[in-house]
Amino acid sequence: MNDTSGPGRQIHLAAHFPGVNNTTVWADPRSGSQIDFSSFVHLARTAERGLFDFFFLAEGLRLREHNGRIHDLDVVGRPESLTVLSALAAVTERLGLAATVNATFNEPYELARRLASLDHLSGGRAAWNVVTSSDAFTGENFRRGGYLDRADRYTRAAEFVATARELWDSWTPGGTPRPFAHHGEHFGIEGHFGVAPAPQGHPVVIQAGDSDEGREFAASAADIIFTRHGTLEAGCAFYADVKRRLAAHGRAPEDLKIMPGVTFVLGDTAAEAQERAAEIRRQQVSPQTALLTLEQIWGVDLSGYDPDGPLPDIDPDPGSERSQGRVRHADPLAVAAKWRALSEEKGLSIRQTVIETTGRQSFIGTPEAVAAEMAAFVREDAADGFILVPHLTPGGLDDFVDRVVPLLQERGVFRTAYTGRTLRDHLGLRHPGEER
Amino acid sequence: MAPSTGPLHLAAAVDGTGSYAAPYYVELARLAERGTLDFITLDDSFGPPGEGPGRPDALAVLARVAPATERIGLVPTVTTTHTEPFHVSCAVATLDWVSRGRAGWTVGVSATEAEARLVGRRPAAPAAELWAEAGEVADVVARLWDSWEDDAEIRDIATGRFIDRDRLHYVDFEGGHFRVRGPSIVPRPPQGHPVVAVDATDPVTRDTAARHADVAFVRATTPDAAGRIRDELRLRAGESGRDPGALTVLAAVTVDLSDGEYAAGPGSARGPLTAVDDRPPLYRGGPVDLADLIAGWHTAGAVDGFHITPAAPPGDLERFVNGTVALLQHRGLFRTFYPGTTLREHLGRPRPANRYALAREGAR
Repeated sequence: MNDTSGPGRQIHLAAHFPGVNNTTVWADPRSGSQIDFSSFVHLARTAERGLFDFFFLAEGLRLREHNGRIHDLDVVGRPESLTVLSALAAVTERLGLAATVNATFNEPYELARRLASLDHLSGGRAAWNVVTSSDAFTGENFRRGGYLDRADRYTRAAEFVATARELWDSWTPGGTPRPFAHHGEHFGIEGHFGVAPAPQGHPVVIQAGDSDEGREFAASAADIIFTRHGTLEAGCAFYADVKRRLAAHGRAPEDLKIMPGVTFVLGDTAAEAQERAAEIRRQQVSPQTALLTLEQIWGVDLSGYDPDGPLPDIDPDPGSERSQGRVRHADPLAVAAKWRALSEEKGLSIRQTVIETTGRQSFIGTPEAVAAEMAAFVREDAADGFILVPHLTPGGLDDFVDRVVPLLQERGVFRTAYTGRTLRDHLGLRHPGEER
Repeated sequence: MAPSTGPLHLAAAVDGTGSYAAPYYVELARLAERGTLDFITLDDSFGPPGEGPGRPDALAVLARVAPATERIGLVPTVTTTHTEPFHVSCAVATLDWVSRGRAGWTVGVSATEAEARLVGRRPAAPAAELWAEAGEVADVVARLWDSWEDDAEIRDIATGRFIDRDRLHYVDFEGGHFRVRGPSIVPRPPQGHPVVAVDATDPVTRDTAARHADVAFVRATTPDAAGRIRDELRLRAGESGRDPGALTVLAAVTVDLSDGEYAAGPGSARGPLTAVDDRPPLYRGGPVDLADLIAGWHTAGAVDGFHITPAAPPGDLERFVNGTVALLQHRGLFRTFYPGTTLREHLGRPRPANRYALAREGAR
């Protein structure tokens, strides 16, 4: 289906800043500041040294809570994405700069203006990861407040993106603002857009989420889909499904890149890599984190349990609202049953069970093995590339860039120099208005 | 009029008449930094600045300038009418992080119906209402900066805790137009509170300036007129429980130094400054006379310093730095190097205590 398939199929790479995230290890002696600009500079420059397509920042607009108190076991706190990326534009030259920005708690005019500004200031390197939320919990920090129906989230996001593009397109090719007017279900706005057309025309749009609605939204409007990583088979099925949806929107398969978020652990030998991976998992799942992970499923106070002891014999309370600002488990009773069975079968403690059942690293092995496996995922149409999520700030990408990137280059599946200036160039995406 | 005893403060606008290229702003910022100015400002508005080439987001531009400069303060205009106070707080705090303590913001409002239609959520409102709301925004923005105590991040391996959540605080702000729960997503910025500036020329802004501003800009053509506004601001700051001396008042002047060293301006018969509608008064003349004017107003205690807008950047900023500033330095009236690293240090303002930490300590 894709004329670039074959042994030389090119991989796209991005780096996710390891921030507010339960895979980020903060207790390691090498773990640096999560907020100092120097950490962002180090990671961005490392990604650019590795000729990555882009650097990615996540967002959270309300600190997460558990039992009505601020969650304190993971990294907390981060800078505001678009401002950090504007600053990073000064210390990088080619690297794409992707900000996650919520479509529920922003307005199209203001955000379109900020994104176009970043695109100007970076010479055409801006990207926007469109996310939506529906919770009144986050809404408590905002004027607009509250709640969107789940179903309205994607219609609002789709209309938001379409409206932003109307604004970006509203100037004449000669550089004169023309009036725009948008009157839709979610937005009724009109006037003149205050920013001249930016180098990319439209900043690159990323959509994160694997649901049916998310896939359809990505197929209609996004340039990249940031998805979950799984098996090769699952990746191929997802890839085929999403690419198949594009034609209905008048788009070609290469117009949407599929990039799963992945973690990785390198070692000189396969055994050493496995050992490291296990050690990182122990760092990621502290005894306190293990109990809290269980409480999120059980929905009851488990603080009296020993993390090194067996799983609780009481059943979860499915109606609990103990955790706020997180994705919920769809069926806590089923998860609990599965975890109990695993714990009994292998004789695992609470902490060991959590380590075993959550977030094993995506790629573990020697640099050669990791390079081969990544190339295979792309060659077999399970992905167009990867968004790497290191576990350490700021040095978590160093080894990958030093040891894996050269091997990908040797295989002929990754660029040896940037050939273009803009993020659209790196991704092989057309600029708006450009013929296919 | 109380005589000014403090050191002279100087700032410059780097407004870019339609420029989108980062190097343009970097060049102006470095020029201002070479003159050891306290800070640069970049104006902004929510909607387009009238017909013409538009402009990029000011806070983004100065974030782009931050890593390319070392010491100079960075003060963009940020509007409060159609924006989210939570986002404003996080963006200014982040500008402070990326500049390592050099951020401020000039509080702006959006008064036009045209701007209201760009958002479509509420109609245009009278200036008095917008400035009252802007005061609330400035208030909650600073509360959100304080919502993290400086030592909230503990990384305690024994208990598995990254933060001490007792040192994070809900702000639970309720204003006339909005509520904000908090805490911020951004840890307390390096300066504690980035600097807050207000153009206090219009009387409708003065209550907000007196309550919340660290720096006030005033447009006046005579030192007496400037001094009267300064006295009023300081009086009102005192009435609202602040230290009146904590407010740095700068005279705003547009400078056109293109006519040569000593040429007198067209308004020289009535004084060196010509009033201009909706813009700072115009100084047209030589850099030496401008230095005399600045020194005269400052020595008379009319203002704490000047905020200049170059009529034609970069030429007028270059002439200001190389001529006027150099002369003021030579006369010992202006710093020749930056003794501090943060904007608050340039302004001689201490890093503020955290209101929530004080309350928590007090409750012990």
